[in-house]
Amino acid sequence: MSVTTYEEQPKVERRSDRLAERLQRIWETKPGLYGWISTVDHKQIGIRYIVTAFAFLVVGGVEALIMRVQLAQPETRLVTPEVYDQLFTMHGITMIFLYGLPILSGFSNYLFPLVLGSRDMAFPRLNAFSYWVYLASGLFLYSSFLTGSAPNNGWFNYPPYSLPEFNPGPNMDFYALGMILLGISTTAGAANFVITVARTRAVGMSLNRIPILVWGTTTISVGNLLAVPAVSLAFFLLWLDRQFGTHFYDASGGGRPLLWQHLFWMFAHPWVYVIVLPAMGMVSDGLPIFCRRPLVGYTLVVLATITTMVLGFGVWVHHMFATGLPYMLLSVFSGSSLIITVPSAVAVFAWVATILAGTPVITTAFLFFAAFVVMFVVGGVSGVMTASMPADLQLHDTYFVVAHLHYVLIGINVFGVLGALYMWFPKMSGRMLDEKLGRWSFWLIFIGFNVAFLPMHWTGLLGMPRRVYTYPIEAGWGTVNLITTIGTFVLAVGFLMLFVNVFVSLQRGRIAGPNPWDGPTLEWATSSPPPPYNFAVLPVVASRHPLWENRLREGTGESSLDRGIVLDNGKEIIATTAIDAEPDLILKMPDDDPSPFLVTVFMTLGFAGLLLHWWWLAAAGGLLTPVGLIAWLWPSAELAQTAEGVHG
Amino acid sequence: MAETVAITQMQPRALNERVIIERLAVGSIDRKASGWWGMMTLIATEASLFVYLLFSYYYLALENGRNWLPPDLPSFRLSGPNTVLLLLSSVAVRFGENGLPGSRVQLVGGLLTGFAMDVGFLVVQYVEWMNKAFGPSSNSYGSTYFIVTGLHMAHVAAGLIILAVLALWSALGYFDETRSAPVNIGAIYWHFVDVVWLAIFFTFYVTPRLDW
Repeated sequence: MSVTTYEEQPKVERRSDRLAERLQRIWETKPGLYGWISTVDHKQIGIRYIVTAFAFLVVGGVEALIMRVQLAQPETRLVTPEVYDQLFTMHGITMIFLYGLPILSGFSNYLFPLVLGSRDMAFPRLNAFSYWVYLASGLFLYSSFLTGSAPNNGWFNYPPYSLPEFNPGPNMDFYALGMILLGISTTAGAANFVITVARTRAVGMSLNRIPILVWGTTTISVGNLLAVPAVSLAFFLLWLDRQFGTHFYDASGGGRPLLWQHLFWMFAHPWVYVIVLPAMGMVSDGLPIFCRRPLVGYTLVVLATITTMVLGFGVWVHHMFATGLPYMLLSVFSGSSLIITVPSAVAVFAWVATILAGTPVITTAFLFFAAFVVMFVVGGVSGVMTASMPADLQLHDTYFVVAHLHYVLIGINVFGVLGALYMWFPKMSGRMLDEKLGRWSFWLIFIGFNVAFLPMHWTGLLGMPRRVYTYPIEAGWGTVNLITTIGTFVLAVGFLMLFVNVFVSLQRGRIAGPNPWDGPTLEWATSSPPPPYNFAVLPVVASRHPLWENRLREGTGESSLDRGIVLDNGKEIIATTAIDAEPDLILKMPDDDPSPFLVTVFMTLGFAGLLLHWWWLAAAGGLLTPVGLIAWLWPSAELAQTAEGVHG
Repeated sequence: MAETVAITQMQPRALNERVIIERLAVGSIDRKASGWWGMMTLIATEASLFVYLLFSYYYLALENGRNWLPPDLPSFRLSGPNTVLLLLSSVAVRFGENGLPGSRVQLVGGLLTGFAMDVGFLVVQYVEWMNKAFGPSSNSYGSTYFIVTGLHMAHVAAGLIILAVLALWSALGYFDETRSAPVNIGAIYWHFVDVVWLAIFFTFYVTPRLDW
């Protein structure tokens, strides 16, 4: 091939201070408001995701506490039925959509380029965009409280109750439009994760050397690309039915309320795996560090992750066992729902074997990870029970299902996240969380959670239905409900201690150093917190555990962490081939840019216009959004997008 | 600089005993451009959207039975030629892409021809809409027809903007044979929108005439 300026021979050097200074100047975000709005640093964006998601967790938690006070005794009149409807709906929306995935996206955003040995995500500006749109959709949904008309039909929002005949206020319109907005954020994030993994791994990090966290998030991101359109469409059609008199869900015009249920669950059942598989990935990467040995059955766990996601697309009808569908169809979906426990069991046995075959170091992070495994088993067993159609007909819409879904979502999302927080907080902040306070917080959360939700299975078996704002004394559900309420408050105190721990440790925690837990993967090879460019020289990887190589003697050859590819001619990273991770291309990365923020503002104003029927505002948003996108995508010479000699 | 590996610029560098790094392409290059991959994910998710839309159509059709369809079935009179027009616009865009090695006129001309055919398609679709005896709120068939074709038209309109912007950038001389990723990326989106139309055309215009 002839030598042209379209090619470059990358330098290979040892890490040096002068190189680090030069990279710092190239990669650092400018201070001030402009820098704050326009930063594309994946670490800042990741932390924003985590902080925002925890804020929503607190808000959703407060909603839960109000509901638990209301339900602690029969015939309580703390809140009206209308307020209660809004509380349980927003609690569900908040925890499932505004906390559940965003918290995992936050960790993945922060960690992906670090564990992959790169300097940023494949699309840094799209990354900022997905965060801003997430924030905008959360504020959009919560602004409904200002008008006293928050969504009030449960997070899965079945018609006909969501149609204007029964629900004339703007409640459902907030939900419908807010979810379409959130779907844009989720899709943008998903595309970014998939391409980051396919393209920007360290040289030598072939598919069989990728950390499980990355497998988890990548798998669910592919799932999201295929599943999110179902719910965006479902909500779009709902909004049309409500505002323009179409007849998708309304039986009188030839529509079908069950069309909603199909579209919603085609998305929402895969979503259940979407908000747990990355957490399972974090546990699969975290447990081995504290068990002082590699994960047992890496390949099986990876295959189980992918299998779970694939099967997750074929079980949605198990939410609809009580809707009178043909028996044959129900049997098929009941069968597939039982089969999906197999890959989950593979992961559980891999974790148990890792603990048994290792020498566990009992830290707070380990406790959360181990509790995660136990909670997963409990939630899995109640899941198998509801997967069985005859049992489900009895349990459907009772508190048994509420208990099951909290074991699954708190057990295998929140416990994994908290373990991950204890493990990676030192990397993010440079300081350790306090272990003593951590133990207290763990045990309060663990005990509080189980006191709250284990008896709830019984509440359901006694026949208490979901979503009732109170119940009569004669029903005999008072005692179990009181126990649940007490447990919930213990759980809340545990969380409070966690937040105290975070605030105190940020100021006074022990200095962590690059690798406080003696971890094996690349994020532990750089300083804590990492510099804006992550790695002064881009590492070359020869095994699954580059930092444990000398001890494990696995892989072929040695990883090279101190000597590697330099790439200091502006913001640059290396692109590698998708399977073998061989050097493929030098990618030019964008500087800080306010376009993602501006496009988000335009788009959100457009959505607000749709909500308020201010069509001029909707039209303005609809015009400015593509204008902003064109400005964003304008070919630039700095990004090597234009022909030589052209300065776009 | 400490211990720089002193090899001349021309020689490949050994990273470790197994990996050697050679000269690499820089930046946005054909299907290696990040944007190409981004477009593939966009197409995957947009294709899913239309799968769910057509699922809704078939679901409502099966639930409601034969009488759900309007008395006079959608006709090929306008939609047939319009389909051909849309497919030809893909050919025009492809012809423009082929001009990348040297002919800026061919590139811009191809893109603008595609643009014009695109406008033609939207006009014919509009006429077709106006000729319908029912509206989006008449019944669920009307809702499905107008929303599915309407969402497709929105994608055609997005394609219109993309072709116009690409024509502008091409006319400004931003692209040559190597740096042409935006053209390829925009073109593949355009071909995708055409393929989606074939699925919609088959669903709304052909399946009602099959004996079911």
